[in-house]
Parts: sequence; C-alpha cells; structure tokens
Amino acid sequence: MTASLTTGASPQAGKGLLYQGADWNFHIIRDCYAAIEEIAEKELGLDVFPNRIEVITSEQMLDVYTTNGMPLSYNHWSYGKRFAGHENAYRRGLMGLAYEVVINSNPCISYLMEENSATMQALVIAHAAFGHNHFFKNNRLFQEWTDPSQILNYLEFARGYISRCEETYGQEAVERVLDAAHALQGQGVNRHSGSRRIDLRGEQDRARERRAYEDQSFNDLWRTLPPVDEPETVANGEKSALRRQFGLPEENILYFLEKHAPRLAAWEREVIRIVRLIAQYFYPQPQLKLMNEGCATWVHDRIMTRLHELGRIDDAAYLETIHSTTNVITQFGYDQGSTSFNPYALGFAMMKDIARICTDPTEEDRSWSPGIAGNGDPLGTLRHAWAEYRDESFVLQFLSPQVMRDFRMFRLLDDTRDPYLLVDAIHDEAGYRDIRRTVAASYDPSAWYAEIEVVEVDFYGDRTLRLEHRTRQGQLLAENDMKLTLKGLADLWGYRVVLQEIDSPTGRVLATHESVSRV
Amino acid sequence: MDIIDRRSNPHGKNLENRRRALGRARDAVQKAVREAVASGKLREAGQGNAVSIPADALHEPGFHRVFSTGERHIVLSGNHQFSRGDRLRRPPSGGGSGGGGSGQASDEGGGEDSYRFLLSRDEFLDLFFGDLELPDLVKREIAATETTAPSRAGLSNDGSPSQLDMGRTMRYSMARRIGLGRPKPAELEEIEARIAELEETRPLSDGDAEELETLRARRGAIRQRMNRIPWVDPVDLRYRRFAPTPKPSTRAVMFCIMDVSGSMTERMKDLAKQFFLLLHVFLEKRYKTLDVVFIRHAETAEEVDEETFFTDPRTGGTVVSTALAEMLKVQRARYPVQQWNIYVAQASDGDNSPSDTPRTAELLESEVLPLVQYYAYIEVMGSGAVIRGDTDLWRVYREISERQTHLAIRQVSDRKEIFPVFRELFARRTTEQAGRA
Repeated sequence: MTASLTTGASPQAGKGLLYQGADWNFHIIRDCYAAIEEIAEKELGLDVFPNRIEVITSEQMLDVYTTNGMPLSYNHWSYGKRFAGHENAYRRGLMGLAYEVVINSNPCISYLMEENSATMQALVIAHAAFGHNHFFKNNRLFQEWTDPSQILNYLEFARGYISRCEETYGQEAVERVLDAAHALQGQGVNRHSGSRRIDLRGEQDRARERRAYEDQSFNDLWRTLPPVDEPETVANGEKSALRRQFGLPEENILYFLEKHAPRLAAWEREVIRIVRLIAQYFYPQPQLKLMNEGCATWVHDRIMTRLHELGRIDDAAYLETIHSTTNVITQFGYDQGSTSFNPYALGFAMMKDIARICTDPTEEDRSWSPGIAGNGDPLGTLRHAWAEYRDESFVLQFLSPQVMRDFRMFRLLDDTRDPYLLVDAIHDEAGYRDIRRTVAASYDPSAWYAEIEVVEVDFYGDRTLRLEHRTRQGQLLAENDMKLTLKGLADLWGYRVVLQEIDSPTGRVLATHESVSRV
Repeated sequence: MDIIDRRSNPHGKNLENRRRALGRARDAVQKAVREAVASGKLREAGQGNAVSIPADALHEPGFHRVFSTGERHIVLSGNHQFSRGDRLRRPPSGGGSGGGGSGQASDEGGGEDSYRFLLSRDEFLDLFFGDLELPDLVKREIAATETTAPSRAGLSNDGSPSQLDMGRTMRYSMARRIGLGRPKPAELEEIEARIAELEETRPLSDGDAEELETLRARRGAIRQRMNRIPWVDPVDLRYRRFAPTPKPSTRAVMFCIMDVSGSMTERMKDLAKQFFLLLHVFLEKRYKTLDVVFIRHAETAEEVDEETFFTDPRTGGTVVSTALAEMLKVQRARYPVQQWNIYVAQASDGDNSPSDTPRTAELLESEVLPLVQYYAYIEVMGSGAVIRGDTDLWRVYREISERQTHLAIRQVSDRKEIFPVFRELFARRTTEQAGRA
C-alpha cells in the first residue's frame, strides 16, 4: 500500500511523505496539521472550533492532569494531593501519561507532549484537535451546559478572586468554605429543571458590580438599628409561601446555600458560586465519556488510515499508529480483573459498528437497526449520533448484537439475599435486550449521582435545614463520607442540618442523620 | 491554527498546592518521616526521601451511594463459559462490590490506600527536626565570610539583555529625543497627509504648489533628522547591575567522642552511632560548613576517620581524659574558637578507670566547657545495666551539669529511646528558661 494517485481524489495525494522517522519539529507539525485538516473537513465533514496546539513537557502534563485538564485553577490542597498521586504513579512507571489532553474551550486547546514521536503527534492532532473538538462543538449536552468561549477567562477570574479572598480573610477561612463546597460538588447542578447555560463573561461583571454596590451602599447606621421582633406564630399559609420563596424542594444544594444560607458573607457566597459553576462546566463530561472517546478514536483511526492510503505517512508510521490504537482500545475480560467497560474500546467498537451497519448490513442489523441499516451514509449517521445523543441513549439506541457478541457480554444478577451471583443473560437472542438495557442504565448519570434535595427550612424556629436522599434499591450513602460532608454543609448553613434517607417507592425513612454547625 | 511552544513556561505550577497538601497532612507526614528515620534509614534520609501518608489524612468526602442490600445487575465482558442460569460463587467482599456502579469504581482516589510524597532533603529535615533548635546558637554565632551572593548595585551602561532596565532606558531615551529635538512621528504624519492631499488636488494653485514644495522639503528634513536621531540609542541603555556581596556563613565543628573499650558491646556502639548520625544531620542543616572530628578512646585516644570510628573494633581499659585532651589538641590546632562553633557529643558506657575520673572532671569543666557551644553526653547501657547504680562518670558529669547548663547528659538503653532523647536535648528551651527566670 504505497502512494497511489488513483486512491485519492485529493490534490494532496502524491505530495509525498510528511515525515520519516520519529523526530518531529514545528514544520512537521504544521504539515501534518494541514494534511489532517484537509481530510477531516473535506472527507469526514467535521466542524470544529479553531485549534490551538500547545507543546508541553511531561512535567507540565502532570500539572494539567491535576486540575482536571484545565490550564489554570485556584490554589487548593486537593490539587496538591492529586499532583502527588499522579507524579508518583508516573515516576514509578505505573501510569503512562495520556498522549494528549484537550480542553473544551474556544479556541480548542490540545496539548502535545514533547516526548511523543512524530507519528504520535499526528495521531494526537487527529484525535484531539479534530475528534474531540468536533464532539465538543456539536454535541447537544456540551452546547447546553458549557460556555467554551469563556471558560478560560472565568477560571482566571476564579483564581484571582479566591486569592484575593485569601489575602483578605485568610487562607484558612477560604479553605473551610472550599472544602465544604467541594464535598457538595455532585449536588451543585440543576439536573431536572432543565439546563441553564451560564454566561461566564457576565459572571465576572456581576461579581464586580455586586462588590461596588456593597461598598457604595455601606452605611454603618443600619447596624445600630434595634432588631425587629419576628412574629411569634406563623400560619401554615406563610409556611408554604416560604417554601415558594426558597424554591423548595431544591436539588442544587450549592445554589440553595449560595442564595439562602443566612450566615454567609458575600465573599463566601461568591466562592460557593465559583465551585458550583465549575462543577456545572464539568457536568456533561462523565455522561459523554464513552461517545467522546469513541468519536475521537474513530476519527483518528480513520484519518491515519487515509494518510497512509494517500502515501503521506510510511508503513512504519502506520504500524505505530495501529499499535498505539490497539493499546488504547484493549478490553479486558472479567477474568482479567476488569469490572467495567473501557470507554475507548466500547466507544470505538460501536462507532465502527455503526459505520458497518450503514454500509454493509446483515439481516440481523436490518431487523435491529432498521433506521440506519444500509442507508449508505456512515459519516452522516455518525455525525448525527455524536450531536444528538449522550452515552446512555446512545447505547440504548446503537449497541448492536454484533458488538455484544464481540465483547462477549453477560449479565449477572447480584441479589444480596442469595449466596451466589446468577447469570441471567448472555450474548444470545434472548439476552441482547436485557444486556443492552443494563449497559445503558450504567451510563445514566442518576446511577452515580446521589439524588439529594433540600426539602424544608424551619425558618421561624431553629432554622433547621432538612434534606432528603431518595435511595435507589437500598443503596444508602457511604457513612463516613456522608458524615463529613454533612458537617461541612452544616457549617455553611450555620444551623442544624438533618438528612433523611428515603426509600423511593414506599416513602419509608431508612435512616436519619444530623449535624450541627461548628461555627 | 496556532502552535505554541509552552515548554519553557514556568514549571512547578503545583508547588503551592503541594505545599498546602503537605501542610494539611503535616502531622501524618511528620510521623511518617520520623518512622522512616527510626527504621534506620538516616543516611538516606539526608538525601531526601519518599514518605507515604495514609489517604484519610487527605480525604475529600462527598455524598456517594454504596450498594449494601437488594438487587442489582452487572454487565461484564469476556464470557467464555457461562450460559443463562449458571450460578457463580460470590467473590470475596470488596471484589464483588467493585464491579457495581460503573461511576463509583473509577472515582478519584477511591482505590488509594496512601499517598506518597517525594520530599526534598530540606523538607524532610524540616519535618524531622521540626521543633528542635540548637541551644545557645546566638551567643557565639560566628560569621566567616566565605560565600558571595549577587545583590543589586545600581545601574550600568552595559550588561546582558535580560537585565535591561526598561523604565530607565526609556527615560534616558526620551530625554535625549527631547534634548536633540527629534521630530515627533505625529508631525511627520500630519505633513505627509497634507502632501497627499495637495498631490490629489488638481489643478494646483501657485500658492499650493509653493506650499507643496516647502512641505516636501520639510518632510525630507524631518525624515533625515529622525534617521539621525534614533528612537533608542545605545547611550540610553541602562542595565541593572549586580555586584557580588560577601555573605556571612556560619561554621561549626562537631567532635564525636566514643568509648571503644572492651566493655562497649557492638549493640552499645550501634546506639552511639545512631545518636552521632542524628546530631550530624541536625548540625549539617543549621550550618553551611560543618566539620566532623571522630575521636575514639580506650586507654589512649586518637583521631580516626569515620569508617574506622564506627567499624574498627578495639579493646582495652578506659581512660576518658585522654579523649578530652585529644579533642583539645585538635581544636587548638585546627579550630580556633573565634572562628568556629564547637559542639561535642560523647558516648560511653560510663566506665572509667577510677583514678582518671577526677582528672576528666577537671579537664571538662575548666578547659572544654568554656570553649564549646554544647556538650552532649550519652551514656549507653547494656541490657543488664538497669540494676546497676550510677556509674562514676555519670555521677561526676551530673554534678557538673548542675552548674553548667550547656552540658547535657542522658542515658539510653534502647534504640527506640535515641530519638526521644535527642529531641529532649534539643527541644526549644524557651519554656524552661522562662521557668527558671
């Protein structure tokens, strides 16, 4: 398979090799980028944010890891801990660094490591700068939840704001709020009430205005006014008015605290807000991991294959590509210690499978996926899937018997009353649907976020805050973590906090925990 | 597309975060450090070290669900033998629950038992010696000027580009431009605009033609002048100058005196060795230059190298005063008291020939103690020594130590006691002194 002018209609064909050997330089990267861009845009029809490629060292890559792939973040000890963990694993050779980290921002920033070979740099450009980038720009969840053009500015603002708070109020005071708020990150998103994409640029202006207003309107006289006595009895009608005023029940605990916690200072509310907005930015990522990685891997595989067909990379480079792709998409079986699906493996397999169904369907495919089987438009079908689905719905829609067979999937029923695990579905005609349903359910975000709501505030009494956890099939909260988190929550709220764990169907209270503010 | 080379950007973004994490787990880290030393890795300790601290010191809580009772489904891959209805033995707890929530299993730090921090040598020693200090450090801190450090020393006309003082340079440049009357670029632009305007005009009146002519001449003059008087001239350049300034650094010498007579067993020597090592690292941290002199003695004393000191066996009777005399001899020859901080650490089993004890006491109190900063005496006891009363040497030293506060004496019988005793000797004295005053 050497260069042949007949295979590609592209005028690029026959231009010769982009590079040879493992060494790279900035010219090679530019050439590779141009060749890849041509294929990505003309042949695959990808639509991407403008790209920015940054070359960094492995040490800088560790830094990037630490802050969840963000190029900057405010200072907090938890990042130091993560850094130590990564550094260690890396130094001892337990962990290879990822080839790339890509940031969902506009322009889309991809990091290349200087240690990579020329082939790896090309692969990473195809994978991150086109695969992930296209996914970030086009998937609906990302479009709805994140503001890629402003995230970097917002992080800059957050970093500055928090460091100013540390100067003014002391590191300890800020850390106390951050620790408590970090623990509630999973409960800092409006999941059910629809998405609210936040204008991050406006955020910074708002914070500035708020501060300015507070400074202007500060009048020490107000402090000397005698306190007004609260009415002693409150009718039930007022109670429900109160519920409305507080917007109860409220699933976004961080939002609730920011707006209604009675004893927080303005800067503490802003710190909570920062944690909440950053948590919201990251909210779509875990729900889309399978598709995102599948998309990027499929794109790089496709592009590298095309480059080889066009004679732009040599056989050695192509073999290196295959080698590293294979490493990434390895799926271990349960007997090799694997307890979950490798998102690269399953994602890539499903993308490939969709393309196959579109172009070369079997009878089985025609009955399972009549919508797309043999439609002859694999790229369009994939682009549509990338844009409109999330992992859960994607699996439910597209996981085909073929892939289930390839992965040799089977389902176990784990009933704690039985001393054994029961195999209740395998990859056969009777089991396909059960397996697909369970795999899809495992990608449902409600399967891993605990659903906890603020349900009541005793505003005229002792200001106790009541929360409910709607349990799933007897899954209670991990006790130690729950206690620590609740303590932090009580500190932010400033008064007593009660958390009840409720069995969803029956409404039976399974457990009650409480914590009192230490402040 | 932009390519940005970030490799030369400042590294160590996470140093501050790392410092905070260490600070948060300080107690745990300190404990780990001390354990590392107690397990006899002091030599390596000096080189910086990795310590592991339990993960719960840095735990980040959150609300997580755990599966405890009820039913759930798990899909796994790699089925080679199962058919529907097969029953599997439940794997031992932990392994079984790991397969459950796909989100749970990948949770950050979920599987970590401990965190390892690579500590630099300084960090390690800081944590290790945390609250210890050298007694009487201030009293006779002696500065010897040996090292130099660059410090700012005004400006100079030439230097490396990285030291260019922009503000100054531009100030000089502006003064020169004003002084020499360099035409302003705005003026030139104005004239050029007018020229362009006139050139467009057709027909040109005589007055205008004349004006155009003058303007052209003026433009030429301005351009020439601008070329002649540069924006920034080499004479404007000002560089920050650095001059080496001598930096006082402190020097100390440590005398290690050990009894190697027949009565000292290997185990006792090992205890003494531990103590000397600790002291060595501790002093090394406080002083830029630290000399160590090893003196061993039995009936006679001699200066030896480190290797011989710790390993070479020797037997014989015990005459302690010879060691003190040897120490004084070395001190006089090489370490004048005006230039050196002097520390002595002596380890012995407390045996001495009875006739020598008074002489030892005399030598110690009148000659050695006035010279030294601190004198630590460690009496190592054999396992059977507990029943024995105080040794001659101990009695005499105790008497002196009651008069002389910079003589400290302790008894050690087990390896575990070395570090506590060491800490006791060098614990901050503030409270004690306050108590005395």
